[in-house]
Amino acid sequence: MKELKQQKMTYRQAVREAMREAMIKDDRVFLMGEDVGLYGGCFNVSEGMLEEFGSERVIDTPLSESGFTGAGIGAAMGGMRPIVEIMTVNFSLLASDQIINTAAIQLYMSGGQFNVPLVIRMATGGGKQLAAQHSRSLEGWYAHIPGLKVLTPATVEDARGMLWPALEDPDPVLIFENTTLYNYEGYMPDNGSIVDISTAKVRRNGADVSIITYGIGLHKSLEAAGILAEEGIEAEVVDLRVLRPLDNETIFKSVSKTHRAVIVDEGWRSGGISAELSSRITEKLFYELDCPVERVCGAEVPAPYARHLEQASLPQPEKIAETIKQMGGLHG
Amino acid sequence: MGEFIMPSLGSQMIDAKLVQWYVKPGDTVKKGDIIGEIHTEKGLIDIEALEDGIISELRIKEGETVPVGAVMAVIDNDTAKKTESPAEISADMKMKENGKSEKPEPGLEKRERPKVKVSPLARRMAEDLQVDLNTITGSGPGGTIHKKDVEAAAAEKQKEKPVKEPEAVEKAPPPVTEREMTAPEKEIAPPEADSMRKAIAAAMSLANREIPHYYLEKNIDLDRALHWLEETNKKRSINERLLPPMLMLKAVANALTEIPELNGFWKDDALRVAEGIHVGFTIFLRKGGLVIPAILNADTKSLDEIREEFVEMVTRAREGHLRTREMSSATITITSLGERGAEKVYGVIYPPQVALIGFGSITRRPWSVNGAIGIRPVLTVVLAGDHRATDGHSGSRFLEILDEQLQNPDKL
Repeated sequence: MKELKQQKMTYRQAVREAMREAMIKDDRVFLMGEDVGLYGGCFNVSEGMLEEFGSERVIDTPLSESGFTGAGIGAAMGGMRPIVEIMTVNFSLLASDQIINTAAIQLYMSGGQFNVPLVIRMATGGGKQLAAQHSRSLEGWYAHIPGLKVLTPATVEDARGMLWPALEDPDPVLIFENTTLYNYEGYMPDNGSIVDISTAKVRRNGADVSIITYGIGLHKSLEAAGILAEEGIEAEVVDLRVLRPLDNETIFKSVSKTHRAVIVDEGWRSGGISAELSSRITEKLFYELDCPVERVCGAEVPAPYARHLEQASLPQPEKIAETIKQMGGLHG
Repeated sequence: MGEFIMPSLGSQMIDAKLVQWYVKPGDTVKKGDIIGEIHTEKGLIDIEALEDGIISELRIKEGETVPVGAVMAVIDNDTAKKTESPAEISADMKMKENGKSEKPEPGLEKRERPKVKVSPLARRMAEDLQVDLNTITGSGPGGTIHKKDVEAAAAEKQKEKPVKEPEAVEKAPPPVTEREMTAPEKEIAPPEADSMRKAIAAAMSLANREIPHYYLEKNIDLDRALHWLEETNKKRSINERLLPPMLMLKAVANALTEIPELNGFWKDDALRVAEGIHVGFTIFLRKGGLVIPAILNADTKSLDEIREEFVEMVTRAREGHLRTREMSSATITITSLGERGAEKVYGVIYPPQVALIGFGSITRRPWSVNGAIGIRPVLTVVLAGDHRATDGHSGSRFLEILDEQLQNPDKL
């Protein structure tokens, strides 16, 4: 599958390629989770990997998130480099004790003796008519926890490139893959898959307003920026990429330039990562702001099943563009 | 309610002693009125009210030393607004005093509008650009003032400047207060030479440590300027005679209108060009040390106005009666060692300003005149520039324009 490297590929393929590459490169790497083997992954991400790497390295687990996440922590402490796939962030709540109470603080609790080089991948977000129990965006919650790193790859390049540095990281790293993004197609740049897991990236330059977002929000924000450009408003789009630790420098630099910030997050507004971002911007850049920080977030309701209602509950490009147009002091 | 705080007359000033209050609670004051006198390392300084209102409280006793920023007095300026309600006018006798002036100050009317919303950035910029927010109509929701509104107002102000000149001049004359005319003889404490020395030391060390100076010099033929002065002065009484430093000061102010980047401050790693041209000039005190008062908006003032202020300031400086605004507003400094001093002055910039102009003594030198050698009165001007803020090109152009200005003294 080498020829895929410089080709158009889907986000799903990029994640699979990243895992394959890691398993080829390092035999301590293995994948485990619900339906990752025979079924090829709930979202078809690990299709073919059982055949390629065998049942010792691609392991189907029982429906017991707490159990297999704990097993992953143990394996990591024991010297392995496990990739644990939790089907969606909604089910990670069953494993949250392992993640928050064990993985995140093992290094500290053991007086520095045991680090946990574990990678947990999970799908997140709504928009696929999977209803209220399967459509949450809880990555902001995990970004609240010291001891974890939280990655949100939004592009094919990041989906492909962020896994390896995550595996190399000595501490637990959570990777959130938005379900809507699996079918998203993009080009893998020629320079391959070397990306960092510490910085935010400006995906579109603009002078008038900074849209700060991540994951699926990036694509909606870019679309909004396109709508705005037709009206002469140039939006800069900052892809956070990493929710913990946040890359203050890139965020502040952009907002210092545009003097306006809008945060786009599928997660809920109250106490969410958008609140944290808004707060940091206001704390550091109060005298740079030409209008209040705005947020476009998911509606604070259980995700509706009905398609039109679900779409209405999520941030959409038109809503983002409209919010920006209402901001005071824009030229034109 | 406004609080009057101990002003800072320079980054090195820590505290000052209140020598005397000229007001008491209940007195009505106008912006610019002298309300007291403080004793600083720069000598005795008159302090001015920064807003209109009624003194409701004096917090500091005479003789007390307080740090910069300490509340010295409370000025009640709500009364201005209250005049709107007739019921309250009769209730408060003091209102009558306030109501005396038949025409309300133009600013006051506008201040009575519902609270203006201003973005933090716009507020900061308005301060930097010296734009009065009360005169702006905001473009944002609910009339909120944004960056672009301040920028537009600043641009407008810039445009209007020449047209508005007479108006600006009207405002300009320094308020001569009753107190100044009838100031009681009082013991003027000898300036604390030590503390003034320390202040100079601190400012100059800072300048030398942080400002990468560049120096440019230019010899300027003053033949025409001095002839013109001679002719002009023939028609004037002794008290009204113009002196070369006044010409130079005005020429500097005019040249700065074309090279504004030399007129301003280096703050937070950036050049902040000042809106007004307030030319500071060094006055050497007989007892040692120096002070640098500023002639505010010198570019908009006539030579005569500059002469008047110049003479007045020198007199007051030597008596120790400079005003806070004059002491803290300079956007550029001129230093001159006088008629018989050194021929060149390589000055040290007074931070956070970004340029200093040194005038040497005028000496008669051989000079090329129409292809022959003549003897001309020549002045060497040395510009010290902050290389973080500007480059030699700006400085060089400035000196050229300055030369042109001095070649046409009648146009100054």
